Amino acid sequence: MRLLFALFLLAAPAWAVQPDERLADPALEARARALSKELRCVVCHNESIDDSNATLARDIRIVLRERLAAGDSDGQAKAFLVARYGDFVLLRPPVRADTYLLWFGPFALLALGGAVAFAAQRRRTPAAPAPLTPEEQARLAALLREEPK
Amino acid sequence: MFIELGHFALALALCLALVQSIVPLAGAARRLSGWMAVGRSAALGQFAMVALSFAALTHAYVTSDFSVSNVVENSHSAKPMLYKISGVWGNHEGSMLLWVLILSLCGAAVASFGGNLPRELRARVLAVQGMVATGFLLFILATSNPFTRVIPAPADGHGLNPVLQDPGLAFHPPFLYLGYVGSSVAFAFAVAALIEGRVDAAWARWVRPWALVSWCALTVGIALGSWWAYYTLGWGGWWFWDPVENASLLPWLSGTALIHSAIVVERRDTMKSWTILLALLTFGLALVGTFLVRSGVLSSVHAFAVDPARGVFILGLLIIAIGGSFTLYAWRAPALQGGGLFAPISREGALVLNNLLLATATGTVLLGTLYPLFMDAFGLKISVGPPFYNRTFLPLMTPLLVAMAVGPLLAWKRGDLTAALQRLWVAFGFALLVVLVGLYLSGFHAVLAILGLGLAAWIAAGVLAEWGERIRLFRAPLRDSWRRAAGLPRAAYGMSLAHFGMAVLVAGVSASAFEQERIEALRPGDHIDIAGYTLTLREVRRVPGPNYVADEAVIEVKRGGTVIDEMHPQRRTFTVQRQTTALTAIRTGLSADLYLALGEGDAQVGWIVRAWHKPIVSWIWLGALVMALGGVVSLTDRRWRVGVAARKPAALPAAAE
Amino acid sequence: MRRIAFLAPLVLFLGLAGWFAAALFSGRDPRELPSALIDKPAPEFDLPSLAVGDLADGRLSSASLRGQVTVVNFFASWCAPCRVEHPVLLRMARQEKIRVIGIAYKDRPEDSRRFLAELGDPFLTTGIDRDGRTGIDFGLYGVPETYVIDKLGRIRKRIVGPVTPALLDRELLPLLRALERS
Repeated sequence: MRLLFALFLLAAPAWAVQPDERLADPALEARARALSKELRCVVCHNESIDDSNATLARDIRIVLRERLAAGDSDGQAKAFLVARYGDFVLLRPPVRADTYLLWFGPFALLALGGAVAFAAQRRRTPAAPAPLTPEEQARLAALLREEPK
Repeated sequence: MFIELGHFALALALCLALVQSIVPLAGAARRLSGWMAVGRSAALGQFAMVALSFAALTHAYVTSDFSVSNVVENSHSAKPMLYKISGVWGNHEGSMLLWVLILSLCGAAVASFGGNLPRELRARVLAVQGMVATGFLLFILATSNPFTRVIPAPADGHGLNPVLQDPGLAFHPPFLYLGYVGSSVAFAFAVAALIEGRVDAAWARWVRPWALVSWCALTVGIALGSWWAYYTLGWGGWWFWDPVENASLLPWLSGTALIHSAIVVERRDTMKSWTILLALLTFGLALVGTFLVRSGVLSSVHAFAVDPARGVFILGLLIIAIGGSFTLYAWRAPALQGGGLFAPISREGALVLNNLLLATATGTVLLGTLYPLFMDAFGLKISVGPPFYNRTFLPLMTPLLVAMAVGPLLAWKRGDLTAALQRLWVAFGFALLVVLVGLYLSGFHAVLAILGLGLAAWIAAGVLAEWGERIRLFRAPLRDSWRRAAGLPRAAYGMSLAHFGMAVLVAGVSASAFEQERIEALRPGDHIDIAGYTLTLREVRRVPGPNYVADEAVIEVKRGGTVIDEMHPQRRTFTVQRQTTALTAIRTGLSADLYLALGEGDAQVGWIVRAWHKPIVSWIWLGALVMALGGVVSLTDRRWRVGVAARKPAALPAAAE
Repeated sequence: MRRIAFLAPLVLFLGLAGWFAAALFSGRDPRELPSALIDKPAPEFDLPSLAVGDLADGRLSSASLRGQVTVVNFFASWCAPCRVEHPVLLRMARQEKIRVIGIAYKDRPEDSRRFLAELGDPFLTTGIDRDGRTGIDFGLYGVPETYVIDKLGRIRKRIVGPVTPALLDRELLPLLRALERS
């Protein structure tokens, strides 16, 4: 296990895009890589522009890098593409009123399931026996006294 | 001639399926043993007919009979024999025929080995299977007939999509379909139990092996598909959260929940209506997946040809099968009485947690898959991609994986969490060590990936701790432990293996954060340095193939100054389809894969070579195989062998009437 | 209460099935992609023109889109569906007298010229988008792609893929006539 770690961690940063696309500034290039993993190659199916070989994906990778080099924030660079291609270009859908169900649905489902499981558990566990009334206690004591005989 | 025979056999199979769905059901209701016995012969006959029909189509493919339009569209005389055969199911019509073949095989298996089942139950199960088969046989004959002729026959075929000409993909569909269709047996048992109004341990003992067979096949099928994507698509991705992948993951998730909850029914005679629901749901999700993939409602890379008529038909089947069984469920399930009591902290409690998280994960994947479709109805286009699942699916899986090490150490009915955790302190220490060493070596980068590795270590060590506990390792004399180890039921080993496989898989997935990539344009003589390897491009040569021509790079792999290998990534151009595919070259190892793909280029500007060093990536598929192996080992447990599953008088009969 | 919980799977499923049916019968193509720029001003561009001396100084700019209803067609000589579509564009320009502007997307000018010389030139003028930037500004997926721009310079419709004769008659012409009248 330790040997494996040693192997991983010799890693220098590396880029998946074509050689001529890369930015000279490693920090900017790293941002571009991270962003392009969240952007859909619109002509592909469920592929990010980072993974895609499509020409349009390559063009958009280059445009994205230009925007970042020109000083755009990540949000601005994304907004630039959303203005042209719509929310479709985002692999991570925005959190909005119409996507609340998508984003919070899983956790609502978990809460609901938890409640159902809890209710089922409650139903399964019989109610704790009621405490004995004074008369019952007296009878119990009497019975216990009789026991040794 | 053979083709017409195949067509005729398929029609005959439909008639037999109809008989199988009606006569035994009526027989079971009226307790007519002769009528019930019809189910058995009808199921066997149906299998024989479908097998004959499948053989006829295969024969047409093997002999390249281009008077059959299905063969013309999907085969070519120059294709290697393996792909001529796999071409049978490499298209919509043929894959449906394979689907029905497996379905009727399952029916025949229940008919042959179900001798020890109560007659009524067997008759009802076979009837339900007959209904499912009727639906699919009608579907093939009405909308997807593979036996149509073309006159005049063309000289040669169009060939199979080059992307599909691959050994991994040749065997991917049969496993996947066995997984989907296998879940129809659990479905049939669930429906039969609802009709009878009776679920007991013996029922669970019958359902669980079938659920396990289907689960194992689905695990292997998904792993093969993912492995195929890894080595074909050319950048080493192995899971994309594509709708078609999700369609296979959904029944896997609910099937995983099912094989766990069925244990509770078998051992403790409780969680019955939930288990029934899971059995219905698992097959339902397999059907929904089929609908999504084949109707063109969702667009996806892998989707078969879009045809609305087929979509309407499958939707009809879906409504009858799922709608019908859920109606039966709403009507009959409330009468199923839960049996055994248990405390929240107990084996049952842990399995409830497992089911809760798996069911939620199933819901999440379903939501993510369907949501774009849902938004589309309002004219809005969104994409739901990996970042969504990373933020929802992974947080749900994490507690499940953490609990996986603890659950098996809890006793039935009432467990002692503190005692269980005390037994896991070595595992915890090991996991902590992995995390600390990882953090130290990485300089506190990729923290989540290192926590993932820690989680894998936790599960793996937890599995060993649980096994050590069972055989009283280091507490009893070694001889005694050995005897106990040999005496442990196969099912216990199966569980340990499957859980261990999960740990291996989690490690492989987590380590992907440590992969390295180099993409360079190389001229002959140039090299790339990656992870201690030096890759030198020697030459790029033209290589002819049976139905393609390829550019093949010769890349010398050096490590520490010595040549250790030569790798040959190719770019293949298929002459019939004029399509190019990349054939990657992978040096697979337990510690890491070296992955090379050849891009475009020429001798002047250089060839684009993409190289990846992917630590323990093969553990992903290895882990999946170990999981499936765990399932197989569990299947050999003696209590499921034929003859043992005879229904004992039910301890707590849950009669509805 | 307990019975209702057992009805929940059925109710959920029926909802889902109804919605599947609606999606299936709507005839909507899941791959059809509405433009993000509908009813928004067409992007600014200033491209060299294929034939020198067409509009202003051998250039084609977004300014020329204002004031008249215009159809903008992205094409390329290397694109097979563009050849299929071409007769429809010719009919649009010559018989229906619609102002059609071409943008040659990622194409060599000499190839575009040969393409238009061979098949006929329906375009009032043709801009050269060598690097595909104007295409990206339009939110272009590929060629051919066609945009309808109204008198105020706003994008009113986008058609991905070739314009078929049926599409021209049923959708485009009515829209164009309505826009011209307004």
